[in-house]
Amino acid sequence: MQGITKSFPGVLANDHIDFSVEKGAIHGLLGENGAGKTVLMSILYGLYRPDEGSIAVDGREVRVDSPAHAMRLGIGMVHQHFMLVPSLTVLENITLGREPVMNGFLLDRKRMHRDVKEFCDRYRLDVDLTAPVYTLPVGVQQRVEILKALYRGADALILDEPTAVLTPIEAEELFGAMRALKAEGKTVIFISHKLREVLAICDRITVLKRGRVMDTVAAEAATEESLAQMMVGRKIVYEFQKGDAAGQKPVLTVSGLKALSDRGIPALKGIDLEVNSHEILGLAGVEGNGQTELVEALTGLREAVEGTVVLNGEDITKATPLKRIRMGVAHIPEDRYKRGVVPDFSVMENLIMGGQRDRFAKNSVALDFREASSCSDEMMMSYQIQAPGKNTPLKFLSGGNQQRVVVAREFSRNPKLVVAAQPTRGLDVGATEYVRGKLVEMRDNGVAVLLISADLDEIWALSDRIAVIYEGKIVAVKPVNETTEQEIGLLMAGGRNG
Amino acid sequence: MVEKLTGAARKTLADVWRGSEGALFQVAAILLAFIVGALVLYASGYDPVLAYAAMLKGAFGDMYGIGQTLTQATPIIFTSLAFLISSKAGLFNIGAEGQFLMGAFTSSLVGIYLAGLPWILHIPLALLVGAVAGGAWGLIAAVLKARFNAHEVITTMMLSYVAAYLTGYMVNYPFKAPGWVSQTVKIAPTAELPRILPPTQLSAGIIVALALVAFTAYLLRKTILGFELRAIGLNPSAAESAGISINRGIMMAMFFSGAMAGLGGACEILGVHRRFIEGFSPGYGWDGLAVALVGGLDPVGSLLASILFGALRSGGMIMTRATKVPLDIVIILQALVILFVAAPMFIRSLLKRRRK
Repeated sequence: MQGITKSFPGVLANDHIDFSVEKGAIHGLLGENGAGKTVLMSILYGLYRPDEGSIAVDGREVRVDSPAHAMRLGIGMVHQHFMLVPSLTVLENITLGREPVMNGFLLDRKRMHRDVKEFCDRYRLDVDLTAPVYTLPVGVQQRVEILKALYRGADALILDEPTAVLTPIEAEELFGAMRALKAEGKTVIFISHKLREVLAICDRITVLKRGRVMDTVAAEAATEESLAQMMVGRKIVYEFQKGDAAGQKPVLTVSGLKALSDRGIPALKGIDLEVNSHEILGLAGVEGNGQTELVEALTGLREAVEGTVVLNGEDITKATPLKRIRMGVAHIPEDRYKRGVVPDFSVMENLIMGGQRDRFAKNSVALDFREASSCSDEMMMSYQIQAPGKNTPLKFLSGGNQQRVVVAREFSRNPKLVVAAQPTRGLDVGATEYVRGKLVEMRDNGVAVLLISADLDEIWALSDRIAVIYEGKIVAVKPVNETTEQEIGLLMAGGRNG
Repeated sequence: MVEKLTGAARKTLADVWRGSEGALFQVAAILLAFIVGALVLYASGYDPVLAYAAMLKGAFGDMYGIGQTLTQATPIIFTSLAFLISSKAGLFNIGAEGQFLMGAFTSSLVGIYLAGLPWILHIPLALLVGAVAGGAWGLIAAVLKARFNAHEVITTMMLSYVAAYLTGYMVNYPFKAPGWVSQTVKIAPTAELPRILPPTQLSAGIIVALALVAFTAYLLRKTILGFELRAIGLNPSAAESAGISINRGIMMAMFFSGAMAGLGGACEILGVHRRFIEGFSPGYGWDGLAVALVGGLDPVGSLLASILFGALRSGGMIMTRATKVPLDIVIILQALVILFVAAPMFIRSLLKRRRK
């Protein structure tokens, strides 16, 4: 790809980008959110037309008009949001549109199964072909997407932030599959903003910043620090200086908490947990071990079957979400789009959510727009929310800025307890650093912080103590300086204590 | 600096465009409906220009026409607002007809049996009872939804039939006036909403309707309840996280929705018919749904779309008399307007092509 330029109203997304990938290599495309990675790859995949520039595949100049055209050229793409039919089986999804046919019109199911099975084995992508897609975890659905692209004859595979939705173990499996693809001579373009992963898996790495190529380097010659500096243009803080933790007292006490999952299966099987003031308690665990249910039970969104939740001495087990907000429970939801924001609301409306009956109420009937407006300005300023204005619909903001809106809203209520679930998921390096810094700041100010994260690095960087959740139970709680990553990893996988 | 200014100016223009795009789309849909309607007229051997001229003159040509147009528009204003408020909370209350009928019937009872009250008490009381009855009828569906997760599309529609047959029974048996018509006796004069533009039937109900437009706009834009309802409508999970009770929201939305329709029924009885007659509503509740959509789910849009539908009806009658074009063309036009509004992709693509 040479001299690729693409602008959208008000944004120059790609500015004369030169980008080339060697056959049979894993090439990393690194950059913050909004650096133009996805746009560049969407051009290659035929989703956008470039304003300027040319594309050559195997030395021949081509015009990629559509994804179908890209497919014919052997280019496949796996998007962040999967394009699967949930009710169809894995096999049906993979072959959809390319079904082998016998006698002119009958589906050749046997051949279908044999062909796809062969693909699975060759690329070490293990999937139950007969399972309906909606029953599968995200990581497996992603494998189905990859198989689908391969089945359609892809020689080059673009993976757009594939690890953003994966647990560490699933990510490892994905890397295994990527290596197998490489061994088969396939080309992989790996879009990511996670430095460690890019370094671990890629042969060469191209760094984008604000629509321009900063550099393309060999992976051996790069370090996390050097890449981060290219990406952000300054040094990134990985170690947080935490203040003194004197005068701790318990803020949240959970005992014997039991709750059911959405499907009515016990998800929490007697949780005992204590979070103190001046403390970040990191909750480590493979996703799906009850974290979601615990967060919801703590914030009042899920009914507790048994056990108690006590906040600063007051039993809030049966309290409504509103009551808990008023008592100082702040919540950064794991799924921003589902729980955190109303995308069609303006930035201001999102900022006042939760305070509409208290701080932003003029009386018992009307909202106080003057207060809402001035507070929004203040929050946008102090939390560095970049938006055209406070009346802009939130959906037009980048993911990082949307998360800043959530953080600004929750933290400016002066909470006593912060329940932060995957607070940096999907955020770029700059925004991640910012959110983590804010969590530490909260802790230093005496707030109790419960940090739930699938990212062990994050847990490690921020926590004072680490609790491990496994199958709905807390299997261990350890001060961070008295344990090792190996030990925590073992506990997360259900290994015995010690 | 200049760069910045033009940038800001461009942004403002873009905002204005975005804001007006919705309205522009509605207008385009309506114009298109009239163009296709003209083709239908022409194909049927009528002169579309003459027919439309007669319709326009009939609907807005003189005070009588305007009065009749607004009379026809009044009940639809109420029912379209009823649909609008529920839809903002993500609910599809298609049972405004039933709520309208319950409001109409109960207000007629207040009008008849509380004779002797001074009008300053009698009218508001009858209106209030009508609104509460409509609200209660809406609340049934809300409770069924909150308790048993029964879908409101089914329950509100079914409850509309229940209301139609229940009120029908009432005026055929317990409350039937002497004579062969299924209706109540007349309400007391103290309960009558005054006619404000004789000889047309336009009553003070239109003033209540206009007040309700303003009230709805205020409720949605300025109040805590409106904020909470809109949040529930746009993202219930996030609303719940922000301490908003979804069940309470459903109840409030359905009560207000039903009350608005009920108030419309009360105004129609107290202002126009002055007694409850079986089948007096030609389907105002159902019209409200379509009109709210034509109005772009905006309170003022609802008002304008209601006037359009009112004009089609009143102008259509004049047109039939003047040009022998059958009244059915009005129904065709209404259907076309709804069709084109409901086919937004089509209109949008037309608009886009024009812009290029």
